[in-house]
Amino acid sequence: MNQNASSVVVESLVKRFGDFTAVDHVSFETRRGEIFGFLGPNGAGKSTTIRMLCGLLQPTSGRAQVAGFDVARQPDAVRQRIGYMSQKFSLYNDLRVGENLRFFAGLYNVDSEVLSERIHWALEMAGLAGREAALTGTLASGWKQRLALGCAVLHRPPILFLDEPTSGVDPISRRQFWDLIHRMAAEGVTVFVTTHYMDEAEYCNRLALIHRGQLVALGTPTELKQRQMKGELLLVEAEPLARAIEVLSSAPGVLDAAVFGNALHLVVPQAAPAIPALRRYLEERGLRVARLEAIEPTLEDVFVSLTSGRAEPGPEGN
Amino acid sequence: MLARLHQMLIKEFLQVFRDKRSRFLLIVPPIVQMLIFGYAATFEIRHVPIAVLDLDHSQESRELVARFTASRTFEVRARLEHHRQIAELIDRGEVILTVQLHPGFAQRLRKGQTAPVQVILDGTNSNTALIALGYVNRIADRFARDYQRDRLRRTAPLTVAQTPTVELERRPWFNPDLRSRWFFIPGIIGSLTLVMVVNLTAFSIVRERELGTLEQIMVTPIRRSEFILGKTLPYFLIGLADAALIALVGTLWFQVPFRGELWVLFLGTVLFLLSMLGVGLFISTISATQQQAMVTAFFFLMPAITISGFGSPISSMPEALQYISYADPLRYFLVVLRGVYLKGVGLEVLWAQMAMMAVIGVTLLTISVLRFHKSLD
Ligand SMILES: Nc1ncnc2c1ncn2[C@@H]1O[C@H](COP(=O)(O)OP(=O)(O)O)[C@@H](O)[C@H]1O
Ligand SMILES: [Mg+2]
Repeated sequence: MNQNASSVVVESLVKRFGDFTAVDHVSFETRRGEIFGFLGPNGAGKSTTIRMLCGLLQPTSGRAQVAGFDVARQPDAVRQRIGYMSQKFSLYNDLRVGENLRFFAGLYNVDSEVLSERIHWALEMAGLAGREAALTGTLASGWKQRLALGCAVLHRPPILFLDEPTSGVDPISRRQFWDLIHRMAAEGVTVFVTTHYMDEAEYCNRLALIHRGQLVALGTPTELKQRQMKGELLLVEAEPLARAIEVLSSAPGVLDAAVFGNALHLVVPQAAPAIPALRRYLEERGLRVARLEAIEPTLEDVFVSLTSGRAEPGPEGN
Repeated sequence: MLARLHQMLIKEFLQVFRDKRSRFLLIVPPIVQMLIFGYAATFEIRHVPIAVLDLDHSQESRELVARFTASRTFEVRARLEHHRQIAELIDRGEVILTVQLHPGFAQRLRKGQTAPVQVILDGTNSNTALIALGYVNRIADRFARDYQRDRLRRTAPLTVAQTPTVELERRPWFNPDLRSRWFFIPGIIGSLTLVMVVNLTAFSIVRERELGTLEQIMVTPIRRSEFILGKTLPYFLIGLADAALIALVGTLWFQVPFRGELWVLFLGTVLFLLSMLGVGLFISTISATQQQAMVTAFFFLMPAITISGFGSPISSMPEALQYISYADPLRYFLVVLRGVYLKGVGLEVLWAQMAMMAVIGVTLLTISVLRFHKSLD
C-alpha cells in the first residue's frame, strides 16, 4: 500500500447550501495509518466535509483527493477504496445480521473465496459471532455500531470514514469501539473520524478543530494543548458564579474567561503571579473563593480559547 | 453487474416478504378492493325510492301506480295525500322522485286528451336522476300505448292490427345484457394495478432515503442502473402477480367473459407496468420523505384514473382534458383490457395502445434514471 493509496488530501474545500457556507476553505492532509479526528460542535460542517470526501456531495469549490482519486471527478474509483459509516445508523433493521453482511459484501464485490472468512471476521470483531440470525433492529446500539463498522470494512478499504460513530452509545461500547479503530489503524488503515466528544478526540493521532465551517487548528492533541493556548490556565470556583464571571471578565491580566460546569476557566499570561492577585481582586469585591489554581488545559479549553474571538453573531446550525 | 443486482434483488424480496404485514398488504387488499369496487361500481339503478301522489283515485290512475309498484327499478316508499308532503321527503333524501297524478287524469284519458303526469325529482345525483327519469318515461309510455290499444280494441277492433308502430330492436354487441359490471371490472383491474405499482415503487426508494440506508448504498460501487433495476424489478414482478390476482377475481367471481388471448393481455400489462414503474421512480426522485411521496402519488393517481375513461367516456370530457389523457398510460391499458376481455380483439386492433404505453414507459423511465443521481445534492 503506497502513501497515495491511503491518503486524503484536501485543498481549500468549500460547500455552500444556497448562500450558507457549511464548509469554508478547509485544507489538510492525512497520513497512512493515522487516526485523523475532526472535532467540532454540532453544525460545524463535519458531516458535510465527510460526505464530500465520500463522493456523496459535490464540492462547491476546492479539491479533494481520496486514495489518489479526485472525489468530484472519479467518485466510483474512490468508493471502491473507502469504507463509510454515516452519522445515522444505516444498515437494514429488518434484515438479519448475516443478511446485512452478505448484502454489503455483495455490493463491494468481495470475492466468494474470502467471503465467508471476511464475514466471520466481521462477526468476531463486532462480538456478534453466533448471532447471525438476529434481526439487526433488535440489537443494542453498541452492537449496531460495531456491525456497521464491520459492514464498512468487509472489502478491506485502505481508508475509513466514520461520522460520529459513537454518538448515542454507552461508555463501555465507546471504549471498545475506539479499540477497534486503533487496531485497524495499526494495520495501516487511515481512519478519518468526526466527533463532538472532546474526551474522544484525545484518542486521535491528529486533530482538526472545525468551527462554523472553518478549520481553526490542526495538530496532535498535545501540540494543540501546548501551542494553541494564548497563555496559562487557571481554575476558579467562587460564589456566586454569575457575579464571578462578570467581575473576572474585566479583571486586569485576564485574557479569557469561560464557564466549565460549576467552575470558571481563565486564561492568563502567567499563572504564578496571577493567582494571589486574582484572589485579592475577588475578595475585595465580596466574592467567596473556594478554589483558585493552575490546571492543564484540555482540548475543550483550547477550543473555547480558539473560537471565542470568532464567535461573531449569526445563525447557529443544528 | 449481475452479482450486485442479484444482491439487491435478494435484499428487496427479503424485506418485502419477511414482514407479515407487508405480505398481507400485497395480497389481501387488492382482492378485497376488487370485490368492493366490483359490486359498488355500476351505472345500473335498482330499488330507487319513490313516492306517489294519486289525487285522481280512478281505475286508470291506480293502474299506472301499479306499474310503478311492480317495477324492479322503483320501490314505492310512500303514498301521499297532499303535494305539500313532497318537499320534505325529497329534502330528507327519503325518496329521490315523486309521481303526481292530478284530479281528472282518467277523465282526460277517456276523452282522448293528453293527461299530464308530474314528476318531481332530486337532481343532486344527476346521473341517477337522468336514468330514473328514463325509466319513468318508459313506464308512462307503455301505459299510454297499452291504454290506446285497449281503447281501439273496444271502439274499432279492426283497425288495431293496422296501427303502425316502430319497434326498436336492440342488439348490443359484446355485452348483450348491457351489464355495466362488464364495463367496470376491466377498468378496476387497471386502476388497482396502477395504484399498487406506483405506490410500491415510489415508496421503496423514498423509504431508504428517509431511513438513511440510501446513503450507505450510495457509497458502495453499485452502479445507478444496478440500483434502479434492483429497486424496480421486484415491484414489476409483484405488480404482475397482483394484476393476475385481481384479474382472476374479476374473471372468476364476477364472471366477466375473457374472450381474447392471454398473451395479448400479458403484453399490455407488461407495457403498462413499465410506465407505472417510470411514474413511481419519478416520484421517488422528487420526494425527500415518504409523506411527500404519498402526496405526490395521490396528486398523480386521482386524475390518472379520472381522465382515463374509467367511468365516463373520454369523448365527453372538455377538450383540454382529452389532450392530457393522451399522456395517461391507464387510458391505453383500459382499451387493451376491455378489448381483450369483452371484444376478444388482438394486436391487429390494440397495437397503437401498446405502442403508446411503450413510448410513455420508456420516456418516463429514461427521465427518472437520468434524474436519479448517486449523490445527496
Ligand atoms: N443539505 C443541506 N442543505 C442545507 N443546509 C445543510 C445541508 N446539510 C447540512 N446543512 C447545514 O450545514 C451545516 C453543517 O452541517 P453538518 O455538516 O451536518 O454539521 P455537523 O456534522 O458538524 O454537525 C449545518 O448548519 C446544517 O444545517
Ligand atoms: Mg454531523
